Amino acid sequence: MNTSQERQVRSDQVRWLDQPENVRRIYYAIWVVCALLLAIELLIDKHVETAVEQWFGFHGFFSLLACVVLVLAAKLLRRVVSRPEDYYDDR
Amino acid sequence: MTIAELTPGLTLILGSLLIPLLPSRGRSFFLIALPVLGLAHLSVLSPGDHGVVSFLGQRLVTLRVDGWSMIFSWIFMIAALTSSIYSLHVRTPLQATAGMAYAGSAIGAVFAGDLMTLFLCWELTAVTSVLLVWAGSGKNAYRAGMRYLIVQIASGMLLFFGALIQLNAAGSLAFGQIGLDAPGGWLIFIAFGIKCAFPLLHTWLPDAYPEASEVGTVYLSAFTTKLAVYALARGFAGTDLLIPIGAVMAVFPIFFAVIENDLRRVLAYSLNNQLGFMVVGIGIGTEMALNGTAAHAVTHILYKSLLFMSMGAVLFRVGTVKGAVLGGLYKSMPLTTVFCVIGAASISGFPLLSGFVSKSMIMSAAGQGGYVLAWGSLVFAAACMLHPDIRVPFSAFFAKDSGKRCEEAPINMLVAMGISAILCVGIGVAPEYLYGLLPYAVAYQPYSASHVLAQLQLLMFSALVFAVLVRNRAYLPDLRSINLDVDWLWRRLGAGLMRITLIVWKSAAASVGDVLSANFNSAASLIARHRLPDGLLLRSWPTGSMSLWVMLMLFGYLLLYYVGA
Repeated sequence: MNTSQERQVRSDQVRWLDQPENVRRIYYAIWVVCALLLAIELLIDKHVETAVEQWFGFHGFFSLLACVVLVLAAKLLRRVVSRPEDYYDDR
Repeated sequence: MTIAELTPGLTLILGSLLIPLLPSRGRSFFLIALPVLGLAHLSVLSPGDHGVVSFLGQRLVTLRVDGWSMIFSWIFMIAALTSSIYSLHVRTPLQATAGMAYAGSAIGAVFAGDLMTLFLCWELTAVTSVLLVWAGSGKNAYRAGMRYLIVQIASGMLLFFGALIQLNAAGSLAFGQIGLDAPGGWLIFIAFGIKCAFPLLHTWLPDAYPEASEVGTVYLSAFTTKLAVYALARGFAGTDLLIPIGAVMAVFPIFFAVIENDLRRVLAYSLNNQLGFMVVGIGIGTEMALNGTAAHAVTHILYKSLLFMSMGAVLFRVGTVKGAVLGGLYKSMPLTTVFCVIGAASISGFPLLSGFVSKSMIMSAAGQGGYVLAWGSLVFAAACMLHPDIRVPFSAFFAKDSGKRCEEAPINMLVAMGISAILCVGIGVAPEYLYGLLPYAVAYQPYSASHVLAQLQLLMFSALVFAVLVRNRAYLPDLRSINLDVDWLWRRLGAGLMRITLIVWKSAAASVGDVLSANFNSAASLIARHRLPDGLLLRSWPTGSMSLWVMLMLFGYLLLYYVGA
């Protein structure tokens, strides 16, 4: 077997990530980590630089909101600025 | 003049001229030896002004050694080394020569103690780096390179005229704190701002970088914009205007980055966003903020070149970096995947990696200084930037399996990525070594429980939004498309207006010709009147106004070329 065939075989083995239940595990792990990060906040002594950071879970919830805004705004932006790949070519 | 009096930039520039003359085996050795020699040279420099030459009665300082020039020259030299290793698989000498000369001129600029030396190196970075854009493939690379070159030369021209105005007013070319109120201050500010990709002046960056060759983009990502950051920090530290400029810069490119299909263009927009953090730091201008800017420039060069290297490896092996057609490459390129993920986690600012220890310094400086809006923008940017930054490894190496199979990256690319990745982790784990090199003494502890928790909350909740949307197929899909940026105004609208103007002009010229030939005598006397003594064209004008008109004319010329490119 030459090397390119070997490579093909090696690449086509079923990987850990190929199995849907493992992807689901990663997905739920992110939820668990987020919950833990909120729980830990109750235990530590916060030292903050701005007043809003005193609020419980500020960084987590701010991030949540910011990313939702980002995705919605990006969808709108795409409507305005998206063009076919050859847009600038026909000159 | 001893070796200690020569700028290390010159070592690389002169050395680069030898590269095409060497046989290919000797060349590989030389390409590694040259920046290593440069690193050794840096280690023997002593603080102070060296390499002073007198030119037309002006004192030019070619080697100013202090905290600022040292930290930037160290990281530039390291980037020259890793980029050089990354380029070893290329058989032709052009890119290595251009890249080395480019790195050398950037280092020369960092050591420049006067505006004239700075200007020379500034222009040299432009003409050497455009060769790297042109090394990319096809007509798009050529056109983007032309636009890039014109913008860079325009920046150099503004710097030149600003420097002349300074010389005229103050009698000195010394490059220190300038400020906007200084004579020529605004011209120099805009010159630096163009190279730093300020909002609306930024389009050359996402336009040209993704068109360069796989090697070219790695070089480009390290030097030009960080040289501009250095120059701004020297000349305009504490300029309030930089705070809103930086805040806008940190936020708006994210929206373009998340909808972009070309993954190297995603990285270019995210580069722009990172510059925003540095510019805010310069605007705040306290020692802590400036330290943060310098530290962020260092960490940024490392992880950004690492990311561009990994995408360059994909481009080299697969032939494309369009997110819509990639996926599942981790099976073929496992090491490149690991390096790319380290780069993406570093830029996102995960604790124990390099981005965290520098970005948090700038954010703390903004928070403590009471710059609420700027601080809010930076927190927003830090949270949202995770999306484009994880989308790069996600779309290329994971997502769906595109069925593409290829070889792992060449060994030289893996070594270059490995060195960068080790430095990213090393700085994150032991930031005190980086802090020890910063321009001012550091009294900052990034690893407090509050900081780490806050950062992890930002990142993990951002990741949660990403995961939920991707899982429910509600995330922005990778589309085969391009996105318009403000350069549409001159690439499309401007070009269209120019065509219309030409048509109108031609017909107008024809009718003027008809009228002239009908009234030849009166036309001749009109022309003669302006050419007689005291006529408009023969009056004596001050030379100062002449140079202004020359500048405007050259500008118009550049502008026309830009639109046409």
